[in-house]
Amino acid sequence: MDFQFTEQQSMIRDMVREFAEAEVKPLAKEIDETERFPIENVKKMGEMGLNGLAYPEEYGGSGAGQVAYVLAVEELAKVCATTAIILSASASLGSWPIYKFGTEEQKQKYLAPICRGEKLSAFALTEPSAGTDASMQKSTAVLEGDHYVLNGGKIFITNATHADVFITFAMTDKSQGTKGITAFIIERGYEGLTISEPENKMGLRASATCELTFDNMKVPVENRLGAEGRGFNIAMATLDGGRIGVAAQAVGIAQGAIDETIKYTTQRIQFGKKISQFQNTQFTLADMQTRTDAARLLMLKAADAEEKGLPYTVLAAEAKLFAAETASYVTNRAVQLFGGYGYTKDFPVERMMRDAKVTEIYEGTSEVQRMVISGNMLRK
Amino acid sequence: MKIVVFVKQVPNTDDVKLDPKTGNIRREGVESILNPMDANAVEAALQLKEQFGGTVVAVSMGPPQASYALKKVLGMGCDEAYLLSDRAFGGADTLATSYTLAKAAEKIGDYDLLLFGRLATDGDTAQTGPAVAAWLGVPQITLASTLTVEDGWVVCDRKLGGMRQRVRAKLPAAVTVTGDLNKPRYPTPINIMKASKKPFTTWGAADMECDPAKIGMPGSPSSTKEVLEPEKRSTDTKFFTGEMADIAHELVKTLEAEHLI
Repeated sequence: MDFQFTEQQSMIRDMVREFAEAEVKPLAKEIDETERFPIENVKKMGEMGLNGLAYPEEYGGSGAGQVAYVLAVEELAKVCATTAIILSASASLGSWPIYKFGTEEQKQKYLAPICRGEKLSAFALTEPSAGTDASMQKSTAVLEGDHYVLNGGKIFITNATHADVFITFAMTDKSQGTKGITAFIIERGYEGLTISEPENKMGLRASATCELTFDNMKVPVENRLGAEGRGFNIAMATLDGGRIGVAAQAVGIAQGAIDETIKYTTQRIQFGKKISQFQNTQFTLADMQTRTDAARLLMLKAADAEEKGLPYTVLAAEAKLFAAETASYVTNRAVQLFGGYGYTKDFPVERMMRDAKVTEIYEGTSEVQRMVISGNMLRK
Repeated sequence: MKIVVFVKQVPNTDDVKLDPKTGNIRREGVESILNPMDANAVEAALQLKEQFGGTVVAVSMGPPQASYALKKVLGMGCDEAYLLSDRAFGGADTLATSYTLAKAAEKIGDYDLLLFGRLATDGDTAQTGPAVAAWLGVPQITLASTLTVEDGWVVCDRKLGGMRQRVRAKLPAAVTVTGDLNKPRYPTPINIMKASKKPFTTWGAADMECDPAKIGMPGSPSSTKEVLEPEKRSTDTKFFTGEMADIAHELVKTLEAEHLI
């Protein structure tokens, strides 16, 4: 057992930390308030190669691995959870299915430019009636000669205003239930694809969460991802890995809130003392950090298992469940320690509290994670 | 084109604290970083390599843990790294340090350009780069805020208070650069992963055939007697930013308002 990072992992973490402090943090407040997609930083992250952290060099990645990737997500989320999810949606959800299930041609055509930062990707699974119950897909795909015709639509799709490539899912055989769902790689320019204005959200306000509509959208047969009927499995496997990224995001939000709280409580004077000198503050900070460290360990264990090719579905669910609830707890406590100032937009903890909430909801709610974990316990 | 860049690992200046008993800088638990202006020198070297081809060699003197700065610049894209590390180098002032760095440059050989940050944030002397040039007998340009290479000359603008001076030096030459020169690139994951495979050599005094009388304590005519923390004063500080002339006006206005002038 080894709890030390490799030299490369530490250096990648330091590099992303430096980038996050210098380039991401200064925009966090503005993009939250204006809901502006931070395209300049998305481009910089792409040029630096952050999208390709977990993928091998032959596809334009750096082969740094899953642990390095989650460290990058955590560092971004410490200062801006929106930027972290923009990376995660492209570098994991919108690209891993191509890496894992794509043909060599698909990898060269789509994965490599994503890794090199030339293209941004997104993952489009959720529908109005297929949220937690993702099997209830209403979108359909009908094979007509050399292409499929897709009809229907998706909701809550992160990165949608700027993504060049989307991984999406549609029913090719309704009679087969989940075994009738098929995955596709679609391009932004396809005729019949409409992308709505972004949702007005509580948190992660700049991540451009939109609705997609497919109106007789033609998708070439070569853009089917995996075999017909394999879509549900592809989606579920993709979300397993995605959850580790959300766990990293949640850990980052929590740590970012702790860092801000330390700064504030060691300056704020009440009753003639710095508030960090009161035991209430000290005990609260200790609880915040202990839970965050525990969440980080679960998150790293899941990432390490994925990197080593070990089973990680349950580890990922545990990491996401605990990290998400920790992020909500920690940011809530942070606002409490800030008092009235914490409730204003002059300090970042209120944003962090809003951003934290969705980590309990997306890529599988906390309830879904509990289903995955207990299902595994009771199967034995 | 062969460019040698000299880099130093320094304590993060936000973090520096003195040990109240010994008066020395406390290094335990203090984050080490690449000296910021050295990153500008590395960036300049990498841009020249992109323009003209060649190699960028990074050199640092320090204990084995100083390899962090070298690993970082390999991650930025330098091709090879040399760590000059020997107990005998300990206690070196700028004269002994510059001698040691010059010996490394001689041993590396065939260099066209030697690049330095203008100063290191820990020692704040700005002497090492110029002294290396003196040991090697090559021309030097200090305080470069621009840098180009044209027909065997390095051409730089030197930022001197309110004016700029454009100078050139015939290669091989040494240049110390300011933070205005460029915006250093971030290391990239690909380069960080490749860095572990790039040549990384550690040289001691014997490897460079150093004169023992010129290195470390024996080679250092100056030494630090004591380091003192500035007295802490609980006064209000007002910072003025902008152009020098505007700052002067603002300052005068403030002093007038306080009836001090």
